[in-house]
Amino acid sequence: MSALEMLKDKIREALPSLEFVIGWEQGFDALHATPFFMRTAEDVEKLVFGPLCVHNLSTYLPSFRGRKVGIVLKGCDSRGAIELMQEKLVERENVVIFGLPCSGVADLAKLGRFAGDLDRVLAVTWDDETFVLTTPAGEVRVPREAALADKCLTCQFPNALEADHFAGEPLPPATGPDMGSDRGGEELAALEAMAPADLMAYWAEAMERCIRCYACRNACPMCVCRDHCIAHRRDLQWLGQDDTPREKLMFQLIHTLHLAGRCTECGECQRACPVGIPILALRRKMNRVIRELFDYQAGLDLQAVPPLFTFQVEEANIEERKW
Amino acid sequence: MSAAAYLPAPRLGEWLKELSGRYLVLAPQARGDTVVFAPFTGDAEPVLDRDAAMPPKQAVFPATEELLRYRRVKDPEDPGKVDVEVSASLRAVETVVFGAKPCGARGFLAYDRVFRSPAISDPYYAARRAKTLFITMACAAPGNSCFCHWVGSGPSDSSGSDILLTPVADGFVVQAVNERGEELMNSPLLEPAGTREAKAREIQDAAAKALPAAPDISRAKDSLMAVFEDLAFWEEVSAKCISCGACTYLCPTCYCFDIGDEDKGMSGRRLRTWDNCMSFRFTLEASGHNPRPTKAHRLRNRVGHKFSYYPALHGGAVACCGCGRCVRLCPVSVDIREIVLAAIARAARVREESAHD
Ligand code: SF4
Ligand code: SF4
Ligand code: SF4
Ligand code: SF4
Repeated sequence: MSALEMLKDKIREALPSLEFVIGWEQGFDALHATPFFMRTAEDVEKLVFGPLCVHNLSTYLPSFRGRKVGIVLKGCDSRGAIELMQEKLVERENVVIFGLPCSGVADLAKLGRFAGDLDRVLAVTWDDETFVLTTPAGEVRVPREAALADKCLTCQFPNALEADHFAGEPLPPATGPDMGSDRGGEELAALEAMAPADLMAYWAEAMERCIRCYACRNACPMCVCRDHCIAHRRDLQWLGQDDTPREKLMFQLIHTLHLAGRCTECGECQRACPVGIPILALRRKMNRVIRELFDYQAGLDLQAVPPLFTFQVEEANIEERKW
Repeated sequence: MSAAAYLPAPRLGEWLKELSGRYLVLAPQARGDTVVFAPFTGDAEPVLDRDAAMPPKQAVFPATEELLRYRRVKDPEDPGKVDVEVSASLRAVETVVFGAKPCGARGFLAYDRVFRSPAISDPYYAARRAKTLFITMACAAPGNSCFCHWVGSGPSDSSGSDILLTPVADGFVVQAVNERGEELMNSPLLEPAGTREAKAREIQDAAAKALPAAPDISRAKDSLMAVFEDLAFWEEVSAKCISCGACTYLCPTCYCFDIGDEDKGMSGRRLRTWDNCMSFRFTLEASGHNPRPTKAHRLRNRVGHKFSYYPALHGGAVACCGCGRCVRLCPVSVDIREIVLAAIARAARVREESAHD
């Protein structure tokens, strides 16, 4: 039995005691899967799983506090759920987790570089080596390495880290460039090498096209203020209303800081951005700092306390007295 | 309408440069992996092989617009008395939007009924609208998320355009839609179209035929009202929505705004910014009550407004141009087409059931 069929069986079995199970179904075209709330056994038939199931479904969990729900989680997505549970924003006992091994998801922005207009892709297939997109101009073959999301190329956790049911054979942790302090790769290295003025110019140019839609925020599993976000407060105006790169970058910096020690680098923020702003780099940078200072990665251990949720008089890696 | 002209593809840059002398020319340009409308400088080719992520609505309805500036002035005789000096800000420049799809330009017809109606005219909108011209590019082939034909439009609908271009081999057939467009066409770079005009028509027809048959959505207006109170329905169709505002900000027909003052000491500015019905603050009342407290209420507002409340106020015109941006670029692929059809089906079922009772 394939992992997907196994998963369907397990979900059907569990459904009677749950309000719904969140998974994916085929979206409006061949390239898009879409989050799917399964309520009946017939719904489960429509469940899909593959490299187009890009969404981190743990984003939905905080809104179902106190309700019994099920969720399908890939390795990286399970970190979001775990971090939310660590922060007591989601109750472990109310969530039934259907864990999966994942061998990587596609980055549609990268596929677009090969296929041109993604809205004209008629069909997609893949195997271990290649994605094949059918377009009106013919077949476009994209090597797997060039199609996968960056996070998948250095994935440490291909299997859901926390699961009540696990479908399929667990995968060995992927090998590849070191995910530790080098995580972020060339993009981050290039940004870190820039002089402050150049860096500001880089971000000003990138944020120019931001439309302040806050998809980056709402797609992020760890952004839990939601309706009470600082970006929408008028009484205090932490952010001005101006449509300038400065205000827009200010929000990204707030987001990044509010995610310090909590961000699981799932990449949803950047994936959700409708105008493709490379905002994940800011989170990667912060994650690197958190690893250096606190030797901590978010969402790995239900019992761990995130570094900014606790206080130590003497932090091992912060040399306060030497300032 | 004057005879069609022909612009050889290699002359496109020159034509845009020529127009740039008289107008601010906004053209679709690559930014990273994205295409957005930006001032044409001649440094880069416009991107015409796919629709821009953002429609050209910034040209007429900016994300943030200064309405006025004010300054408080203390009366020197009586410092307790403060006067306010106000000066209106209205900067509208002659603009040509080049290379939008017909749907993106047609979006402004939905705005016009609101901001430039016989009853009320918004001076800021009206001034920019009057100074903005649209040279649009007919679609030679529709995309997966396009549904312009559902809402009474089509891949070469020129109703929001001043000039319509049709891509033919090695160039573009250029057709003026109105007098404003004709004025833009007196360029020595344009040649007579000759037989290419018939070729352009063929391409336009083929694009229209390439669209799958459109469902009948004439019942949408009443059906959406019929399911208005059916919150279970709205919860189901909005379950996966993450309640961001991308869909509305990307939409060529969403026109909601908010007005707020930015105060600095004794002076300040009054700004109008885009608002969107997906945001909690959209209808938040001063008392703290919110008539649209959940994403289900908010998505109901978005779909209902476009396909029911707006048509009810504006002679049946739908406030959606079928560009598909909200489908294509939604982080979770919420599909407005699906919701409209589901509402029609739900209302039909309820009607049937009550007929049997
Ligand atoms: S900030 Fe971005 S990468 Fe980090 S948890 Fe949120 S969505 Fe994921
Ligand atoms: S998703 Fe992109 S465009 Fe929207 S607010 Fe975030 S950075 Fe800006
Ligand atoms: S429909 Fe999509 S883009 Fe619009 S608010 Fe919902 S999730 Fe965001
Ligand atoms: S509702 Fe969606 S399809 Fe309709 S005009 Fe707006 S963005 Fe385009």
